[in-house]
Amino acid sequence: MKVLSIALNTFRENLRDKLLYNLLIFALLMIGSSILISKLTLGDFDRLMIDIGLASINFFGVLIAIFIGIGLVSKEIDKKTIYTIVSKPVARYQFLLGKYLGLTMTLFVNTTVMVIGLVLVLSARNIPVDMLLFKAVALIFVEFMVITAVAMLFSTFTSTTLSAIFTLAVFVIGHLTPDLKTFGEKMDEVGRMMMDGLYYVLPNLERFNLKGQVIHHLEIANADLALIILYGLTYTAFVLFTAGVIFQRRDFR
Amino acid sequence: MADSDFVVQTEKLCKTFRVGFWGKKVTAVDLLSLEVRRGEVFGFLGPNGAGKTTTLKMLMGLIYPTSGTASIFGHQIGSPDAKGKLGFLPESPYFYDYLTGGEFLRFYGHLFNLWGAALEKRVDELLDTVGMTHAKDLQLRKFSKGMLQRVGIAQALINDPELVVLDEPMSGLDPIGRKEVRDLILRLRESGKTVMFSSHILHDAELLCDRVAMIMKGKLVACGHVSELIAGGTTNEVEMVIDRLLPEALEQISSLASKVVLQGERVMVVLTSQQDVDLALDVIRSAKAKLVALTPHKASLEDLFIREAKGAPPAVEARVA
Repeated sequence: MKVLSIALNTFRENLRDKLLYNLLIFALLMIGSSILISKLTLGDFDRLMIDIGLASINFFGVLIAIFIGIGLVSKEIDKKTIYTIVSKPVARYQFLLGKYLGLTMTLFVNTTVMVIGLVLVLSARNIPVDMLLFKAVALIFVEFMVITAVAMLFSTFTSTTLSAIFTLAVFVIGHLTPDLKTFGEKMDEVGRMMMDGLYYVLPNLERFNLKGQVIHHLEIANADLALIILYGLTYTAFVLFTAGVIFQRRDFR
Repeated sequence: MADSDFVVQTEKLCKTFRVGFWGKKVTAVDLLSLEVRRGEVFGFLGPNGAGKTTTLKMLMGLIYPTSGTASIFGHQIGSPDAKGKLGFLPESPYFYDYLTGGEFLRFYGHLFNLWGAALEKRVDELLDTVGMTHAKDLQLRKFSKGMLQRVGIAQALINDPELVVLDEPMSGLDPIGRKEVRDLILRLRESGKTVMFSSHILHDAELLCDRVAMIMKGKLVACGHVSELIAGGTTNEVEMVIDRLLPEALEQISSLASKVVLQGERVMVVLTSQQDVDLALDVIRSAKAKLVALTPHKASLEDLFIREAKGAPPAVEARVA
Protein backbone atom coordinates (compact mmCIF):
# COMPACT_ATOMS: atom_id res chain seq x y z
CA MET A 1 0.00 0.00 0.00
CA LYS A 2 2.87 2.38 0.80
CA VAL A 3 4.40 1.64 -2.60
CA LEU A 4 1.06 2.40 -4.21
CA SER A 5 0.60 5.74 -2.47
CA ILE A 6 4.12 6.82 -3.44
CA ALA A 7 3.37 5.68 -7.00
CA LEU A 8 0.10 7.61 -7.09
CA ASN A 9 1.82 10.68 -5.72
CA THR A 10 4.48 10.45 -8.44
CA PHE A 11 1.79 9.98 -11.05
CA ARG A 12 -0.02 13.03 -9.75
CA GLU A 13 3.20 15.05 -9.90
CA ASN A 14 3.77 14.04 -13.53
CA LEU A 15 0.18 14.80 -14.39
CA ARG A 16 0.28 18.25 -12.83
CA ASP A 17 3.68 19.12 -14.22
CA LYS A 18 4.57 17.93 -17.68
CA LEU A 19 2.42 15.27 -19.24
CA LEU A 20 -0.26 17.35 -20.89
CA TYR A 21 2.14 19.51 -22.87
CA ASN A 22 3.75 16.44 -24.31
CA LEU A 23 0.43 15.02 -25.41
CA LEU A 24 -0.49 18.28 -27.07
CA ILE A 25 2.76 18.38 -29.04
CA PHE A 26 2.31 14.78 -30.08
CA ALA A 27 -1.25 15.30 -31.24
CA LEU A 28 -0.25 18.35 -33.27
CA LEU A 29 2.66 16.50 -34.81
CA MET A 30 0.48 13.54 -35.76
CA ILE A 31 -2.25 15.59 -37.33
CA GLY A 32 0.22 17.94 -38.99
CA SER A 33 2.31 15.17 -40.49
CA SER A 34 -0.69 13.23 -41.78
CA ILE A 35 -1.97 16.22 -43.70
CA LEU A 36 1.48 17.09 -44.99
CA ILE A 37 2.30 13.56 -46.05
CA SER A 38 -0.99 13.02 -47.83
CA LYS A 39 -0.08 16.01 -50.00
CA LEU A 40 3.53 14.95 -50.62
CA THR A 41 3.33 11.21 -51.14
CA LEU A 42 2.09 9.32 -54.15
CA GLY A 43 2.10 5.75 -52.90
CA ASP A 44 2.85 3.93 -49.62
CA PHE A 45 0.92 6.49 -47.65
CA ASP A 46 -0.29 3.82 -45.21
CA ARG A 47 3.20 2.61 -44.40
CA LEU A 48 4.56 6.10 -43.79
CA MET A 49 1.61 6.99 -41.59
CA ILE A 50 2.08 3.90 -39.39
CA ASP A 51 5.85 4.32 -39.33
CA ILE A 52 5.69 7.96 -38.28
CA GLY A 53 2.95 7.19 -35.75
CA LEU A 54 4.86 4.37 -34.02
CA ALA A 55 8.13 6.28 -34.17
CA SER A 56 6.46 9.29 -32.52
CA ILE A 57 4.99 7.14 -29.76
CA ASN A 58 8.40 5.58 -29.21
CA PHE A 59 10.28 8.88 -29.32
CA PHE A 60 7.99 10.81 -26.98
CA GLY A 61 7.78 7.91 -24.53
CA VAL A 62 11.56 7.53 -24.39
CA LEU A 63 11.91 11.29 -23.85
CA ILE A 64 9.54 11.10 -20.88
CA ALA A 65 11.17 7.94 -19.53
CA ILE A 66 14.63 9.50 -19.63
CA PHE A 67 13.94 13.04 -18.56
CA ILE A 68 11.46 12.29 -15.80
CA GLY A 69 13.23 9.05 -14.89
CA ILE A 70 16.57 10.70 -14.15
CA GLY A 71 14.88 13.15 -11.78
CA LEU A 72 12.72 10.58 -9.99
CA VAL A 73 15.18 10.02 -7.17
CA SER A 74 17.82 12.73 -7.54
CA LYS A 75 15.20 15.50 -7.48
CA GLU A 76 13.77 14.12 -4.24
CA ILE A 77 17.24 14.18 -2.73
CA ASP A 78 18.11 17.65 -4.07
CA LYS A 79 14.82 19.13 -2.90
CA LYS A 80 15.11 17.24 0.40
CA THR A 81 11.57 15.93 0.03
CA ILE A 82 12.98 12.46 0.62
CA TYR A 83 13.82 13.34 4.24
CA THR A 84 10.19 13.30 5.27
CA ILE A 85 9.53 10.01 3.44
CA VAL A 86 12.51 7.94 4.55
CA SER A 87 12.08 9.10 8.16
CA LYS A 88 8.62 7.50 8.10
CA PRO A 89 8.33 3.72 8.37
CA VAL A 90 8.92 3.28 4.63
CA ALA A 91 11.72 1.00 3.47
CA ARG A 92 14.00 2.54 0.89
CA TYR A 93 13.20 -0.12 -1.69
CA GLN A 94 9.50 0.69 -1.23
CA PHE A 95 10.23 4.32 -2.03
CA LEU A 96 12.22 3.35 -5.12
CA LEU A 97 9.56 0.92 -6.33
CA GLY A 98 6.82 3.49 -5.76
CA LYS A 99 8.65 6.12 -7.78
CA TYR A 100 9.24 3.60 -10.57
CA LEU A 101 5.63 2.47 -10.67
CA GLY A 102 4.43 6.06 -10.66
CA LEU A 103 6.36 6.91 -13.80
CA THR A 104 5.32 3.62 -15.40
CA MET A 105 1.70 4.62 -14.77
CA THR A 106 2.34 7.99 -16.38
CA LEU A 107 3.94 6.32 -19.39
CA PHE A 108 1.05 3.88 -19.64
CA VAL A 109 -1.56 6.65 -19.71
CA ASN A 110 0.61 8.64 -22.11
CA THR A 111 1.08 5.69 -24.47
CA THR A 112 -2.61 4.81 -24.36
CA VAL A 113 -3.64 8.34 -25.31
CA MET A 114 -1.08 8.44 -28.12
CA VAL A 115 -2.23 5.07 -29.48
CA ILE A 116 -5.83 6.24 -29.44
CA GLY A 117 -4.69 9.33 -31.37
CA LEU A 118 -2.86 7.19 -33.91
CA VAL A 119 -5.79 4.82 -34.38
CA LEU A 120 -8.16 7.76 -34.85
CA VAL A 121 -5.97 9.35 -37.53
CA LEU A 122 -5.46 6.01 -39.25
CA SER A 123 -9.15 5.21 -39.34
CA ALA A 124 -9.95 8.74 -40.54
CA ARG A 125 -7.69 7.96 -43.52
CA ASN A 126 -9.28 4.54 -43.97
CA ILE A 127 -6.04 2.71 -43.19
CA PRO A 128 -6.71 -0.76 -41.74
CA VAL A 129 -5.47 -1.28 -38.18
CA ASP A 130 -4.46 -4.84 -37.28
CA MET A 131 -3.43 -6.60 -34.04
CA LEU A 132 0.23 -6.40 -34.97
CA LEU A 133 0.19 -2.65 -34.36
CA PHE A 134 -0.86 -3.20 -30.75
CA LYS A 135 1.79 -5.89 -30.28
CA ALA A 136 4.38 -3.38 -31.51
CA VAL A 137 3.08 -0.79 -29.03
CA ALA A 138 3.24 -3.36 -26.21
CA LEU A 139 6.93 -3.93 -26.95
CA ILE A 140 7.55 -0.20 -27.18
CA PHE A 141 6.05 0.04 -23.70
CA VAL A 142 8.37 -2.70 -22.42
CA GLU A 143 11.26 -0.66 -23.83
CA PHE A 144 10.00 2.34 -21.81
CA MET A 145 10.05 0.17 -18.69
CA VAL A 146 13.66 -0.82 -19.33
CA ILE A 147 14.76 2.75 -20.06
CA THR A 148 12.97 4.10 -16.98
CA ALA A 149 14.70 1.52 -14.79
CA VAL A 150 18.09 2.42 -16.30
CA ALA A 151 17.45 6.16 -15.81
CA MET A 152 16.46 5.52 -12.21
CA LEU A 153 19.51 3.35 -11.58
CA PHE A 154 21.80 6.19 -12.65
CA SER A 155 19.85 8.75 -10.66
CA THR A 156 20.39 6.79 -7.42
CA PHE A 157 24.10 7.56 -7.44
CA THR A 158 24.90 10.42 -9.78
CA SER A 159 23.75 13.90 -10.75
CA THR A 160 20.84 14.65 -13.05
CA THR A 161 23.01 15.77 -15.96
CA LEU A 162 25.27 12.74 -15.82
CA SER A 163 22.26 10.43 -15.49
CA ALA A 164 20.78 11.97 -18.63
CA ILE A 165 24.01 11.47 -20.57
CA PHE A 166 24.47 7.88 -19.36
CA THR A 167 20.87 6.92 -20.04
CA LEU A 168 20.93 8.44 -23.51
CA ALA A 169 24.14 6.52 -24.17
CA VAL A 170 22.53 3.27 -23.03
CA PHE A 171 19.53 4.02 -25.22
CA VAL A 172 21.63 4.66 -28.34
CA ILE A 173 24.07 1.79 -27.80
CA GLY A 174 21.18 -0.45 -26.74
CA HIS A 175 19.81 -0.12 -30.27
CA LEU A 176 23.19 -1.04 -31.75
CA THR A 177 24.22 -4.02 -29.59
CA PRO A 178 24.31 -6.56 -32.48
CA ASP A 179 26.89 -4.26 -34.08
CA LEU A 180 28.98 -4.43 -30.90
CA LYS A 181 29.25 -8.18 -31.34
CA THR A 182 30.14 -7.90 -35.02
CA PHE A 183 32.67 -5.20 -34.19
CA GLY A 184 34.23 -7.39 -31.48
CA GLU A 185 34.72 -10.25 -33.92
CA LYS A 186 37.05 -8.05 -35.93
CA MET A 187 39.17 -7.20 -32.85
CA ASP A 188 41.78 -9.14 -30.87
CA GLU A 189 41.02 -11.37 -27.89
CA VAL A 190 40.73 -8.60 -25.26
CA GLY A 191 38.68 -6.37 -27.54
CA ARG A 192 36.31 -9.20 -28.35
CA MET A 193 35.79 -10.03 -24.68
CA MET A 194 35.06 -6.38 -23.90
CA MET A 195 32.59 -6.05 -26.75
CA ASP A 196 30.94 -9.34 -25.78
CA GLY A 197 30.69 -8.11 -22.19
CA LEU A 198 28.98 -4.91 -23.31
CA TYR A 199 26.70 -6.92 -25.60
CA TYR A 200 25.42 -9.01 -22.70
CA VAL A 201 25.28 -6.25 -20.04
CA LEU A 202 23.53 -3.57 -22.09
CA PRO A 203 19.89 -4.05 -22.99
CA ASN A 204 19.25 -5.23 -26.53
CA LEU A 205 16.64 -2.58 -27.30
CA GLU A 206 16.36 -3.45 -30.98
CA ARG A 207 14.49 -6.58 -29.85
CA PHE A 208 11.58 -4.34 -28.85
CA ASN A 209 11.34 -2.79 -32.30
CA LEU A 210 8.53 -4.32 -34.38
CA LYS A 211 7.96 -1.34 -36.65
CA GLY A 212 9.35 -3.18 -39.69
CA GLN A 213 7.06 -6.14 -39.10
CA VAL A 214 4.00 -3.91 -38.76
CA ILE A 215 4.71 -2.03 -41.97
CA HIS A 216 5.38 -5.18 -43.96
CA HIS A 217 2.62 -7.17 -42.26
CA LEU A 218 5.06 -9.81 -41.02
CA GLU A 219 3.27 -11.61 -38.18
CA ILE A 220 5.30 -12.41 -35.04
CA ALA A 221 4.77 -15.70 -33.18
CA ASN A 222 3.18 -15.36 -29.74
CA ALA A 223 5.96 -17.43 -28.20
CA ASP A 224 8.55 -15.00 -29.57
CA LEU A 225 6.54 -12.06 -28.32
CA ALA A 226 6.28 -13.61 -24.83
CA LEU A 227 10.01 -14.29 -24.80
CA ILE A 228 10.87 -10.70 -25.70
CA ILE A 229 8.51 -9.37 -23.02
CA LEU A 230 10.03 -11.77 -20.49
CA TYR A 231 13.50 -10.56 -21.47
CA GLY A 232 12.44 -6.94 -20.94
CA LEU A 233 10.83 -7.60 -17.57
CA THR A 234 13.77 -9.66 -16.31
CA TYR A 235 16.20 -6.97 -17.39
CA THR A 236 14.06 -4.33 -15.65
CA ALA A 237 13.88 -6.37 -12.44
CA PHE A 238 17.65 -6.82 -12.45
CA VAL A 239 18.29 -3.09 -12.95
CA LEU A 240 15.78 -2.17 -10.23
CA PHE A 241 17.38 -4.62 -7.84
CA THR A 242 20.79 -3.07 -8.47
CA ALA A 243 19.33 0.41 -7.96
CA GLY A 244 17.80 -0.81 -4.69
CA VAL A 245 21.12 -2.14 -3.41
CA ILE A 246 22.89 1.15 -4.20
CA PHE A 247 20.06 3.24 -2.76
CA GLN A 248 19.96 1.24 0.47
CA ARG A 249 23.60 2.12 1.23
CA ARG A 250 23.33 5.78 0.37
CA ASP A 251 23.64 8.67 2.84
CA PHE A 252 21.22 11.54 2.20
CA ARG A 253 23.14 14.67 2.98
CA MET B 1 16.48 6.08 36.01
CA ALA B 2 15.07 3.08 34.17
CA ASP B 3 16.00 2.48 30.55
CA SER B 4 12.38 2.94 29.48
CA ASP B 5 12.57 6.57 30.60
CA PHE B 6 15.03 7.27 27.83
CA VAL B 7 13.45 8.07 24.52
CA VAL B 8 16.66 8.62 22.61
CA GLN B 9 20.03 7.19 23.58
CA THR B 10 23.23 7.55 21.64
CA GLU B 11 26.48 5.84 22.53
CA LYS B 12 29.76 7.11 21.05
CA LEU B 13 28.07 8.01 17.80
CA CYS B 14 30.49 9.02 15.02
CA LYS B 15 30.06 10.12 11.45
CA THR B 16 32.93 10.66 9.07
CA PHE B 17 32.31 11.94 5.57
CA ARG B 18 34.64 11.70 2.64
CA VAL B 19 34.69 14.91 0.67
CA GLY B 20 36.30 16.12 -2.51
CA PHE B 21 38.03 14.24 -5.27
CA TRP B 22 40.61 12.57 -3.01
CA GLY B 23 38.02 11.51 -0.48
CA LYS B 24 39.48 13.53 2.37
CA LYS B 25 38.00 12.47 5.71
CA VAL B 26 35.97 15.01 7.66
CA THR B 27 34.53 14.22 11.06
CA ALA B 28 31.06 15.70 11.40
CA VAL B 29 30.03 13.98 14.64
CA ASP B 30 32.59 12.74 17.10
CA LEU B 31 31.86 10.24 19.91
CA LEU B 32 28.51 11.73 20.77
CA SER B 33 26.76 10.17 23.75
CA LEU B 34 23.54 11.65 25.04
CA GLU B 35 20.09 10.77 26.31
CA VAL B 36 16.70 12.36 25.83
CA ARG B 37 14.20 11.60 28.58
CA ARG B 38 10.52 10.93 28.21
CA GLY B 39 8.26 13.99 28.29
CA GLU B 40 10.95 16.65 28.13
CA VAL B 41 11.74 19.38 25.65
CA PHE B 42 15.33 18.77 24.68
CA GLY B 43 17.35 21.44 22.93
CA PHE B 44 20.20 20.41 20.70
CA LEU B 45 22.35 23.48 20.35
CA GLY B 46 25.42 24.50 18.50
CA PRO B 47 26.71 26.95 15.91
CA ASN B 48 26.15 26.37 12.20
CA GLY B 49 28.06 23.36 10.97
CA ALA B 50 28.51 21.86 14.44
CA GLY B 51 26.96 18.53 13.41
CA LYS B 52 23.41 19.02 14.67
CA THR B 53 21.68 18.14 11.43
CA THR B 54 24.05 15.23 10.80
CA THR B 55 23.19 13.79 14.21
CA LEU B 56 19.45 14.21 13.66
CA LYS B 57 19.71 12.62 10.22
CA MET B 58 21.47 9.63 11.75
CA LEU B 59 18.66 9.30 14.28
CA MET B 60 16.11 9.42 11.43
CA GLY B 61 17.89 6.74 9.41
CA LEU B 62 18.76 9.13 6.59
CA ILE B 63 22.48 8.60 6.96
CA TYR B 64 24.36 5.75 8.57
CA PRO B 65 26.72 6.22 11.54
CA THR B 66 30.38 5.39 10.89
CA SER B 67 30.59 3.90 14.37
CA GLY B 68 28.73 3.90 17.65
CA THR B 69 25.13 3.00 18.36
CA ALA B 70 21.86 4.81 18.94
CA SER B 71 18.35 3.78 19.79
CA ILE B 72 14.91 5.35 19.86
CA PHE B 73 12.47 3.83 22.37
CA GLY B 74 14.94 0.97 22.64
CA HIS B 75 14.70 0.19 18.92
CA GLN B 76 17.71 0.51 16.69
CA ILE B 77 17.72 3.77 14.73
CA GLY B 78 16.42 3.46 11.19
CA SER B 79 14.27 0.42 12.02
CA PRO B 80 10.54 0.58 11.18
CA ASP B 81 9.70 0.26 14.90
CA ALA B 82 11.78 3.32 15.72
CA LYS B 83 10.43 5.34 12.78
CA GLY B 84 6.83 4.42 13.61
CA LYS B 85 6.97 6.28 16.92
CA LEU B 86 8.52 9.52 15.77
CA GLY B 87 7.73 12.55 13.70
CA PHE B 88 10.42 14.55 11.92
CA LEU B 89 10.54 18.04 10.47
CA PRO B 90 13.71 18.62 8.40
CA GLU B 91 15.56 21.92 8.28
CA SER B 92 14.07 24.49 5.86
CA PRO B 93 11.81 21.84 4.42
CA TYR B 94 10.75 21.60 0.81
CA PHE B 95 7.61 19.69 0.10
CA TYR B 96 5.70 18.49 -2.92
CA ASP B 97 4.49 21.90 -4.00
CA TYR B 98 1.95 20.56 -6.49
CA LEU B 99 -0.14 19.14 -3.65
CA THR B 100 -2.75 21.00 -1.65
CA GLY B 101 -2.51 21.17 2.14
CA GLY B 102 -5.09 18.38 2.48
CA GLU B 103 -3.55 16.11 -0.17
CA PHE B 104 -0.14 16.63 1.37
CA LEU B 105 -1.20 15.40 4.80
CA ARG B 106 -3.27 12.55 3.33
CA PHE B 107 -0.20 11.32 1.45
CA TYR B 108 1.84 11.13 4.64
CA GLY B 109 -1.12 9.46 6.37
CA HIS B 110 -1.07 6.71 3.74
CA LEU B 111 2.55 5.99 4.62
CA PHE B 112 1.30 5.05 8.10
CA ASN B 113 -1.52 2.99 6.59
CA LEU B 114 -4.12 5.56 7.57
CA TRP B 115 -7.02 5.64 5.13
CA GLY B 116 -10.64 6.78 4.81
CA ALA B 117 -12.65 8.58 7.45
CA ALA B 118 -10.05 8.12 10.20
CA LEU B 119 -7.43 9.81 8.05
CA GLU B 120 -9.77 12.61 7.02
CA LYS B 121 -10.53 13.31 10.70
CA ARG B 122 -6.82 13.32 11.57
CA VAL B 123 -6.02 15.70 8.70
CA ASP B 124 -8.70 18.16 9.82
CA GLU B 125 -7.51 17.96 13.44
CA LEU B 126 -3.92 18.63 12.45
CA LEU B 127 -4.75 21.53 10.16
CA ASP B 128 -6.68 22.98 13.06
CA THR B 129 -3.81 22.38 15.52
CA VAL B 130 -1.36 24.31 13.35
CA GLY B 131 -3.96 26.92 12.38
CA MET B 132 -4.02 26.06 8.68
CA THR B 133 -7.62 24.98 8.11
CA HIS B 134 -7.99 27.67 5.45
CA ALA B 135 -5.16 26.14 3.40
CA LYS B 136 -6.65 22.68 2.98
CA ASP B 137 -7.39 23.22 -0.71
CA LEU B 138 -4.51 25.55 -1.48
CA GLN B 139 -1.45 24.27 -3.35
CA LEU B 140 1.75 24.31 -1.32
CA ARG B 141 3.50 26.39 -3.99
CA LYS B 142 1.32 29.31 -2.86
CA PHE B 143 2.29 28.94 0.82
CA SER B 144 4.49 31.42 2.66
CA LYS B 145 7.52 30.17 4.55
CA GLY B 146 5.71 30.29 7.87
CA MET B 147 2.78 28.33 6.41
CA LEU B 148 5.17 25.68 5.03
CA GLN B 149 6.78 25.35 8.44
CA ARG B 150 3.39 24.87 10.06
CA VAL B 151 2.17 22.31 7.54
CA GLY B 152 5.59 20.64 7.93
CA ILE B 153 5.00 20.30 11.65
CA ALA B 154 1.55 18.90 10.88
CA GLN B 155 3.08 16.15 8.71
CA ALA B 156 5.47 15.31 11.53
CA LEU B 157 2.46 14.77 13.82
CA ILE B 158 0.34 12.71 11.41
CA ASN B 159 1.02 9.44 13.25
CA ASP B 160 0.50 10.99 16.69
CA PRO B 161 4.17 10.30 17.50
CA GLU B 162 5.57 10.02 21.01
CA LEU B 163 8.76 11.74 19.96
CA VAL B 164 8.80 14.84 17.76
CA VAL B 165 12.15 15.83 16.25
CA LEU B 166 12.41 19.28 14.72
CA ASP B 167 15.51 20.48 12.90
CA GLU B 168 15.88 24.27 13.22
CA PRO B 169 12.11 24.79 13.50
CA MET B 170 12.45 28.52 14.11
CA SER B 171 14.99 29.47 11.47
CA GLY B 172 13.81 31.83 8.78
CA LEU B 173 10.59 32.70 10.57
CA ASP B 174 9.48 36.16 11.62
CA PRO B 175 8.92 36.90 15.34
CA ILE B 176 5.22 35.97 15.10
CA GLY B 177 6.04 32.71 13.36
CA ARG B 178 8.65 31.91 15.98
CA LYS B 179 6.25 32.54 18.79
CA GLU B 180 3.70 30.25 17.14
CA VAL B 181 6.24 27.45 16.83
CA ARG B 182 7.27 27.97 20.46
CA ASP B 183 3.66 27.78 21.59
CA LEU B 184 3.19 24.63 19.54
CA ILE B 185 6.21 22.98 21.15
CA LEU B 186 4.89 23.80 24.61
CA ARG B 187 1.48 22.41 23.67
CA LEU B 188 3.15 19.20 22.51
CA ARG B 189 4.91 18.88 25.84
CA GLU B 190 1.65 19.47 27.69
CA SER B 191 0.09 16.61 25.75
CA GLY B 192 2.85 14.34 27.03
CA LYS B 193 5.10 14.18 23.99
CA THR B 194 8.86 14.33 23.98
CA VAL B 195 10.25 17.09 21.79
CA MET B 196 13.83 17.26 20.56
CA PHE B 197 14.80 20.26 18.49
CA SER B 198 18.01 21.70 17.18
CA SER B 199 18.69 25.40 17.12
CA HIS B 200 21.42 27.95 17.02
CA ILE B 201 19.05 30.56 18.43
CA LEU B 202 19.79 30.30 22.12
CA HIS B 203 17.04 32.54 23.35
CA ASP B 204 14.41 30.11 22.06
CA ALA B 205 16.14 27.22 23.75
CA GLU B 206 16.29 29.10 27.06
CA LEU B 207 12.56 29.78 26.91
CA LEU B 208 11.52 26.26 25.95
CA CYS B 209 13.93 23.56 27.01
CA ASP B 210 14.04 21.41 30.10
CA ARG B 211 17.46 20.19 29.15
CA VAL B 212 19.92 21.09 26.45
CA ALA B 213 22.98 19.57 24.85
CA MET B 214 25.57 21.77 23.28
CA ILE B 215 27.67 20.47 20.45
CA MET B 216 30.66 22.10 18.79
CA LYS B 217 32.67 20.76 15.90
CA GLY B 218 30.99 17.41 16.33
CA LYS B 219 31.76 17.02 20.02
CA LEU B 220 29.40 17.29 22.96
CA VAL B 221 30.62 20.17 25.14
CA ALA B 222 27.79 20.52 27.64
CA CYS B 223 24.60 18.70 28.53
CA GLY B 224 22.14 19.24 31.34
CA HIS B 225 19.34 21.38 32.75
CA VAL B 226 19.36 24.92 31.43
CA SER B 227 19.49 26.37 34.96
CA GLU B 228 22.45 24.16 35.96
CA LEU B 229 24.41 25.00 32.85
CA ILE B 230 23.81 28.68 33.34
CA ALA B 231 24.66 28.51 37.06
CA GLY B 232 27.99 26.94 36.16
CA GLY B 233 28.77 29.96 34.09
CA THR B 234 27.65 32.81 36.37
CA THR B 235 30.15 35.44 37.41
CA ASN B 236 27.82 37.07 40.01
CA GLU B 237 28.28 40.38 38.26
CA VAL B 238 26.14 43.20 39.63
CA GLU B 239 25.55 46.51 37.91
CA MET B 240 24.89 49.60 40.06
CA VAL B 241 23.69 52.99 38.95
CA ILE B 242 24.33 55.76 41.46
CA ASP B 243 23.43 59.48 41.54
CA ARG B 244 25.07 62.35 43.41
CA LEU B 245 28.26 60.50 44.26
CA LEU B 246 30.99 62.72 45.75
CA PRO B 247 34.50 62.44 44.26
CA GLU B 248 36.04 60.73 47.33
CA ALA B 249 33.23 58.18 47.45
CA LEU B 250 33.57 57.61 43.72
CA GLU B 251 37.25 56.92 44.20
CA GLN B 252 36.51 54.34 46.88
CA ILE B 253 33.92 52.56 44.76
CA SER B 254 36.07 52.72 41.64
CA SER B 255 38.74 50.74 43.43
CA LEU B 256 36.22 47.93 43.92
CA ALA B 257 34.62 48.01 40.48
CA SER B 258 35.62 46.17 37.36
CA LYS B 259 34.06 48.83 35.18
CA VAL B 260 33.10 52.49 35.78
CA VAL B 261 31.09 54.66 33.42
CA LEU B 262 30.47 58.35 34.20
CA GLN B 263 27.46 60.12 32.73
CA GLY B 264 27.24 63.64 34.18
CA GLU B 265 25.92 63.28 37.75
CA ARG B 266 25.26 59.60 37.25
CA VAL B 267 27.75 56.75 37.66
CA MET B 268 27.42 53.18 36.47
CA VAL B 269 29.73 50.61 38.06
CA VAL B 270 30.03 46.86 37.62
CA LEU B 271 31.04 44.81 40.66
CA THR B 272 32.05 41.19 40.58
CA SER B 273 31.53 39.85 44.10
CA GLN B 274 28.93 40.04 46.84
CA GLN B 275 31.55 41.40 49.26
CA ASP B 276 32.33 44.29 46.94
CA VAL B 277 28.62 45.01 46.58
CA ASP B 278 28.23 45.21 50.37
CA LEU B 279 31.25 47.54 50.68
CA ALA B 280 29.95 49.74 47.86
CA LEU B 281 26.54 49.98 49.54
CA ASP B 282 28.19 51.09 52.77
CA VAL B 283 30.05 53.82 50.89
CA ILE B 284 26.87 54.99 49.18
CA ARG B 285 24.99 55.20 52.48
CA SER B 286 27.72 57.05 54.34
CA ALA B 287 28.19 59.50 51.41
CA LYS B 288 24.41 60.04 51.23
CA ALA B 289 24.40 59.26 47.53
CA LYS B 290 21.33 57.89 45.80
CA LEU B 291 21.22 54.34 44.54
CA VAL B 292 19.14 54.37 41.35
CA ALA B 293 19.41 50.75 40.25
CA LEU B 294 21.03 47.47 41.23
CA THR B 295 20.87 44.76 38.61
CA PRO B 296 22.41 41.32 38.96
CA HIS B 297 23.80 40.13 35.60
CA LYS B 298 22.25 36.77 34.80
CA ALA B 299 24.40 34.48 32.74
CA SER B 300 22.62 33.27 29.67
CA LEU B 301 23.11 30.26 27.44
CA GLU B 302 24.74 32.69 25.10
CA ASP B 303 27.56 33.34 27.58
CA LEU B 304 28.05 29.62 27.96
CA PHE B 305 27.98 29.22 24.20
CA ILE B 306 30.65 31.84 23.65
CA ARG B 307 32.77 30.53 26.51
CA GLU B 308 32.63 26.99 25.08
CA ALA B 309 33.33 28.23 21.59
CA LYS B 310 36.51 29.92 22.77
CA GLY B 311 37.71 26.77 24.50
CA ALA B 312 36.49 24.36 21.82
CA PRO B 313 38.84 21.66 20.54
CA PRO B 314 40.83 22.35 17.34
CA ALA B 315 38.70 22.76 14.25
CA VAL B 316 37.88 19.90 11.91
CA GLU B 317 39.08 20.67 8.44
CA ALA B 318 35.85 21.60 6.74
CA ARG B 319 32.29 22.34 7.51
CA VAL B 320 29.85 19.56 6.82
CA ALA B 321 26.16 20.36 6.94
